[in-house]
Amino acid sequence: MDTLPLLSITIFLPLLGAFGIFLNWGHEGTNARWVALWTSLVTLGMALILWKNYNPALSTFQLEDKFQWMPLLNVGYHVGIDGISLPFILLSALLMPICILASWTSIQTRVSEYMIAFLVLETMLIGLFAALDFILFYLFFEGVLIPMFLIIGIWGGPNRIYAAFKFFLYTLLGSVLMLLAILYVYFEVGGSDIPLALTTSFDPKVQIWLWLAFFASFAVKVPMWPFHTWLPDAHVEAPTAGSVVLAGILLKMGGYGFLRFSLPLFPEASAYFTPFVFVLSSIAIIYTSFVALAQTDMKKLIAYSSVAHMGFVTLGIFTVDAQGVQGAITQMVSHGLISAALFLCVGVVYERVHSREITEYGGLVYRMPRYAAVFMFFILASIGLPGTSGFVGEFLVLLGAYQVNTSVTVFASMGMVLGAAYALWLYRRVIFGALVKPTLKVVHDLNWRENLIFAPLLGGVLILGVYPSPLLTLIDASVANVIDQYNIALDSNEGIIKSKKALDVARVEFR
Amino acid sequence: METLAVLVVFLPLLGAILSSVLDHRSSQAVTCGLMALAAIFASILFVKVGLQEKTLLIPLFTWIHVEFFEVSWGLQVDSLSLVMMAVLTLISFLVHVYSVGYMKGDRSIPRFMAYLSLFTFFMLTLVTAPNFLQMFFGWEGVGLCSYLLIGYWYDRESANAAAMKAFLVNRVGDIGFVLGVLTIFVLFGTVDFLSVFELVEDYKDETFTFFGGHYHALTLATLFFFVGAMGKSAQIGLHTWLPDAMEAPTPVSALIHAATMVTAGVFLVVRISPLLEYAPLAREFITLIGAVTALMAATIACVQNDIKRIIAYSTCSQLGYMFMAAGLSGYSASMLHLTTHAFFKALLFLSAGSVIHAMSDEYNIQKMGGIWKYVPLTYVLMWIGSLALAGIPFFSGFYSKDMILEVDWVSNLPVGKVAFVFGISAAVLTAFYAWRLLLLTFQGAPRADEAVMSHIHESPLIMLIPLMVLGAGSLFSGYVLYDLFVGESTSFWGTALFVLPENEVIGAAHHVETWVKWSPILATLVGIGLAYYLYVFAKSWPERLSIAFSTVYTFLLRKWCFDEIYDWIFVRPSLKLAKVLWKEGDQKMIDGLGPNGVAALSVAGGRLLCRFQTGYVYHYAFAMIIGLVLMIGCYFWL
Repeated sequence: MDTLPLLSITIFLPLLGAFGIFLNWGHEGTNARWVALWTSLVTLGMALILWKNYNPALSTFQLEDKFQWMPLLNVGYHVGIDGISLPFILLSALLMPICILASWTSIQTRVSEYMIAFLVLETMLIGLFAALDFILFYLFFEGVLIPMFLIIGIWGGPNRIYAAFKFFLYTLLGSVLMLLAILYVYFEVGGSDIPLALTTSFDPKVQIWLWLAFFASFAVKVPMWPFHTWLPDAHVEAPTAGSVVLAGILLKMGGYGFLRFSLPLFPEASAYFTPFVFVLSSIAIIYTSFVALAQTDMKKLIAYSSVAHMGFVTLGIFTVDAQGVQGAITQMVSHGLISAALFLCVGVVYERVHSREITEYGGLVYRMPRYAAVFMFFILASIGLPGTSGFVGEFLVLLGAYQVNTSVTVFASMGMVLGAAYALWLYRRVIFGALVKPTLKVVHDLNWRENLIFAPLLGGVLILGVYPSPLLTLIDASVANVIDQYNIALDSNEGIIKSKKALDVARVEFR
Repeated sequence: METLAVLVVFLPLLGAILSSVLDHRSSQAVTCGLMALAAIFASILFVKVGLQEKTLLIPLFTWIHVEFFEVSWGLQVDSLSLVMMAVLTLISFLVHVYSVGYMKGDRSIPRFMAYLSLFTFFMLTLVTAPNFLQMFFGWEGVGLCSYLLIGYWYDRESANAAAMKAFLVNRVGDIGFVLGVLTIFVLFGTVDFLSVFELVEDYKDETFTFFGGHYHALTLATLFFFVGAMGKSAQIGLHTWLPDAMEAPTPVSALIHAATMVTAGVFLVVRISPLLEYAPLAREFITLIGAVTALMAATIACVQNDIKRIIAYSTCSQLGYMFMAAGLSGYSASMLHLTTHAFFKALLFLSAGSVIHAMSDEYNIQKMGGIWKYVPLTYVLMWIGSLALAGIPFFSGFYSKDMILEVDWVSNLPVGKVAFVFGISAAVLTAFYAWRLLLLTFQGAPRADEAVMSHIHESPLIMLIPLMVLGAGSLFSGYVLYDLFVGESTSFWGTALFVLPENEVIGAAHHVETWVKWSPILATLVGIGLAYYLYVFAKSWPERLSIAFSTVYTFLLRKWCFDEIYDWIFVRPSLKLAKVLWKEGDQKMIDGLGPNGVAALSVAGGRLLCRFQTGYVYHYAFAMIIGLVLMIGCYFWL
């Protein structure tokens, strides 16, 4: 684009806001809040403009900004979006103002620092989804850790230090392996440009190692079983808004990575590891659903449910099938909204009662009917009731998986029952029952600020559930491109025409 | 007509939405009014579209479209969906009106009315769905509303437990439904009913690989769907939620049991008749499950004492009859029974509600008795309902139940004769428990205490009028609809039902041997006679029998121990497994070997290395010498 570098503006706008807060240092509190809110709202507006300017019919990268950064090393500043990255940019931009509103009263110490951390985080997140250069991507990818580490470590709960370090080291360890792989790719390709790397094919033997190195990083981020144990601790200790970002966006970095790098760069290795991923995904869905059933801490329960839901995502991605992959992306976006809302729901009562223990609650519906309705809605969305976005994602993933492997679909579908069990049980213990606890007898229902927080999430979940076409058309061409490239790579190397493809063609003719 | 159909479906939704912002009175007025409109429109549609044997296909907008997978929201209005729409809206309207009286004094009436209307809306989207996925939307929506309504009195632990149980048991069935949809898509490349049914003949011998085995594709798909149907329609194995659903306010029970929810499974099976026709194995399975359920539920109903539970098990049993017929290709007989059952079951439930209302919330029929004088109208209506249920000639149940048993007899599937025997036995028990209920509730000496007896009063008119309408339905619906639904020359169903010529049973069922025609009536009379003998003439016998056959009695009283067994093999182990996976798996194994283990290892390693930093020069010198020796050694060695 020779006019305005829209994408770069979107990426660095939050940083500008953070700088603004920095300049205003000393005026604690309200000022920083308003600056952060307005910055994030303008960023959201920018993200919507990006959406408007994006042409979903094309599968190429669009709205690119590119210039030489370190010419000697052939490392550039290169950003651009396609149908796979744009949904996550929109999601990040949507959740950030919600996070800031959610922290409006609950954060009273070091407000400026807190808001700066969130705005920096937003830049990192949008940047990482838009980056089209490996070094840039890695910088953003790792950069996310720093504000998140601080958010958990400074504004977190009593055991925050353990959780922050566990989170940081766990994810860093994975990322270091990815860095090695990135360096290999860099030397092999002769530059760090991602579109350039996407046109390169790697030796299948090397692919295995590279795939595993990337996997180490992404699997921790998703998180896949058995790399998930950092997540419950991180969630429990993080402040509400921290959990919202963590569940809403940070978990999507792994899925995005698989789609952006693992599948297109290493198709043979991906095909080789597909059964492995299927097994891990099935275990994730069933195992963590059971573990969620045993939880006594509301946030932990939702954290475990996140792992189960992300099991559907990894399953969908590795079906490498239009329905499966689009389902995985839909599931990620949907989970971004739903889990964010669920953590906000916990935050609402935590602010009032200061406990996350399920047994401390019961009978909230008497005092908080509006809250009960909102919570019920998101619980049902999390269960995947048709008409909510959760169903569209889950069903498409199952549809994709069923065409590849019926057994794994059966295992995954058990999640439908288990998911309903832990979610409804949680709801029953918190909201229903008799109102006996004296602390609960004085709580207030949602105030206007909280209504405002939930409204966009509720609307998003409902719209995506009934009419997901805006999202599906946005991602369609890019997903098709990834799948085509993947199949071509496999076909040309091994001369196998996937029977699935032949079937699809036959089906078109048949119609 | 298109607009009318859309209105029928969406008026209840509008009512539900409006109701949630209105107060008591206006929410009642709005929901009842809109429901009445929907019922009127549905009957107009029934006459104008159904009786003209037309089909309306109304596409609304795209729902999910990914590559070749394309599903749209829409309405498919044919004779099958019209029967459901008409029955559904009418019964739902009556239940709405009845609720105005029954729920008087409840503290959240708008919520209740909203749930009722929402329930009806979801059921309407289910029956008008043009594809499997939208049907699933209605299917799950109905499940949701039943969850909300069963748990309506959320301060009761038992209500909450029952609500969750209903949702979860239904979810187990839903896995079947989803797998069915997936199989259909992989097989046909579409999930639209009309496209699938058009293609079905080309795919009749297709095999499908599932879980490593190869199966006949249509059998597999239809069995998946039937698992879903078993959940919704409470067939043996997945029926345990239904009796517990009695925790809901009585009008809800009537709605769930008569028109919505439980009939969804039957409707599904009838809807996929073109698939079932090519899957004889699945049909045999359906028939068998139906037959076993019919008998099992009837045996349980014979010993229960909770008035609503008896009727609940009766529903279970009657649904079994419907599946029996559907499995043997007697889809229209199944639909006839569904319709007549909707009337007399709603009547029975709402009359029971009237009794409970009169008896100051007493559910136990052992504590009733002798109240017929005080509630004469309810008494008469209850009689009508029971006569229809038992299938006494010229009451509605007579036409449909006889038809089903005749279908059983003439079917060419071997399981048909089994179904006939089970059906006749269940008919004896049906008559028995129906009259046991009547006699214990209304006749004999009063067993309630003075305080309760002095308060007994007939229900207000707003509750009685719906009952009378239902009473009329229970009297006449069988007679009126018989020729239309299952008459020898009827063409009412058009393309909505599909029966292969070699499976045709309805025509043959009209010409069975005389003894087959008479045996259901005989069975019913035996049942009634038995009930009179035990509860009027030999009153000490029931107790003596229950002592003499205490094992059988306990087994039946505990409802064949399904709940205990499930608790033992599913619920407890799951909770235990959950704990083990969390404490042992996550905390000990993964964290122990993973992050915490690594952390502990590095700390230990650090300590170990610390030991070397002793501070004594001779230690360091010694280490240097060893290092030097090793290095020189390596140098020479290599």
